[in-house]
Amino acid sequence: MRDPAFLKIDHLDKSFSRGSSTTEVLTDINLTIAKGEYISIIGHSGCGKSTLLNLIAGLTTATNGAVLLENREVNSPGPERAVVFQNHSLLPWLTVYDNVGIAVNKVFGGTKSKSERHEWIMHNLELVQMVHAKDKRPSEVSGGMKQRVGIARALAMEPKVLLLDEPFGALDALTRAHLQDSVMQIHSRLGNTVVMITHDVDEAVLLADRIVMMTNGPAATIGEILEVKLDRPRKRLELVADKNYLEARGGVLEFLYARHKAPVLHAAE
Amino acid sequence: MSATVRRLEVIDTQPKLTLVSKPAVLPQIQPDMIALPLVKSQAMQNWQRRGRDFLTAVLPPLLVLIALLVIWEIATSGAKATLPSPIRIWKEASDLILNPFFVNGPQDVGLGYRVMTSLQRVAIGFSIAAFVGVLTGALIGQSVWAMRGLDPIFQVLRTVPPLAWLPISLAAFRDANPSAIFVIFITSVWPIIINTAVGIRNIPQDYRNVAQVLRLNPLEYFWRIMIPAAAPYIFTGLRIGIGLSWLAIVAAEMLTGGVGIGFFIWDAWNSSRLPDIVVALAYIGIVGFLLDKFVAFIGSIATRGAQAS
Ligand SMILES: Nc1ncnc2c1ncn2[C@@H]1O[C@H](COP(=O)(O)OP(=O)(O)OP(=O)(O)O)[C@@H](O)[C@H]1O
Ligand SMILES: [Mg+2]
Repeated sequence: MRDPAFLKIDHLDKSFSRGSSTTEVLTDINLTIAKGEYISIIGHSGCGKSTLLNLIAGLTTATNGAVLLENREVNSPGPERAVVFQNHSLLPWLTVYDNVGIAVNKVFGGTKSKSERHEWIMHNLELVQMVHAKDKRPSEVSGGMKQRVGIARALAMEPKVLLLDEPFGALDALTRAHLQDSVMQIHSRLGNTVVMITHDVDEAVLLADRIVMMTNGPAATIGEILEVKLDRPRKRLELVADKNYLEARGGVLEFLYARHKAPVLHAAE
Repeated sequence: MSATVRRLEVIDTQPKLTLVSKPAVLPQIQPDMIALPLVKSQAMQNWQRRGRDFLTAVLPPLLVLIALLVIWEIATSGAKATLPSPIRIWKEASDLILNPFFVNGPQDVGLGYRVMTSLQRVAIGFSIAAFVGVLTGALIGQSVWAMRGLDPIFQVLRTVPPLAWLPISLAAFRDANPSAIFVIFITSVWPIIINTAVGIRNIPQDYRNVAQVLRLNPLEYFWRIMIPAAAPYIFTGLRIGIGLSWLAIVAAEMLTGGVGIGFFIWDAWNSSRLPDIVVALAYIGIVGFLLDKFVAFIGSIATRGAQAS
């Protein structure tokens, strides 16, 4: 972890205004992320996690404060901050291969030859084990496969930061475990900096170096940051009884359900 | 009439009969039976089924057509009838029906050639309408304010009938052929614009986000995201548009004269050849139907997978 202030979120506020009414969603978010670090963001639904991720991606602009990547301010989206969206958002008219290809051709069109780009596309599809379905359209593959292609598309951009918005949210437990393992492998192999939003306490603890816990909205902020003291590679079976694992898990649960209970209104959703 | 009904019933029950008989047949096949006869009988069954599908698709409209012709014949067979009966049409215009591609002189050619000439004109007018319509629609769909400002105006202009554009386009172009093409263009362009704009406006935010993260430039965004994402809407507009431009052909060709199915009708009316008009109407109807199916077919290929997610 060479650069300890690789990605910096500095006194960030975000409010949405429609007409005369203004809703404050995020207030005074401060977070410094080191290069290669894996960060999980956890919090109740509607607290502003996606908003925070969109701010880092540059898809929305902050009301106050700034996001700095390698000391440069982020003010527009770009492939060095690739996003895996909450609902995969593959382009349905392109095949699996072309969905990754459109990213590779755009990002490496000037630097890689045609055959190099083809190899790079195939390499990334291999990484998520989707080569066999490369000529299928998104509508012809399962939900988990779509999510994998979304991950491959993001990885293929060789992003400095990988932003994952509940990447496994819509999947069944088995597929989810499988993809979590793949992401852990990829992270250990490539050393990406990752910011991942999740609802799932176990997922947060299993994958992250630090867990960022957010208070409830409106005007949500970072309530607590919990460091996960577990060695990598992590094996989910061995962790079940691990003292540090249980401690971290308990900490997150305590934060979410004792100190910052979901508002009744949201719990009904 | 009763005969017709009974025959329809017979056709209707045939597929049910096979469904019922299938399980009765299958257990009779012995395990030691060789494969060849089985395949053969299956091929026969396929062939039979296809024949039946064809009959169920073709026979009902054919019967209705015959019934209509009979009613028509009865209605127009009186001495004071103002319109020609089917038999009179056959007598006087059978050459037009039987031989679409004769040439007896520069102005006296078969209806097939006339349709071709008209199609050419429609192709030019409709191509311009498609090009202008998709581009304008894309621009309008991008901007909420352009949509708000222009949509009501388009909704009004869209209802102006082709004939009403004629004097204006003549005054503007002072020449028959461009005026005719303009009439076809102006009749068909509105649904293309409106549908494209709606399609562009409905592009999910997700696709816009993907384009932004990839930093697609406006041209790439247009070709890679906008057009394919809005393709189902665009093709709906094109399909309505081709129908309208074919509707405008008679109005357009009142101006141009010469060879063309629209002018043929105008000309036949002026020289009181009513049977010819009826035959030309049938031609126009069938060609319009085929045009619609053609655009729908292209659309179904081009938008493969675009709707599903
Ligand atoms: N474009 C917008 N305009 C107005 N309000 C918005 C907008 N986007 C988000 N919000 C509001 O900001 C709050 C946070 O939304 P956000 O999508 O970030 O929540 P989240 O934490 O990602 O929720 P979930 O876990 O359900 O995905 C919500 O109350 C939402 O209504
Ligand atoms: Mg969200």
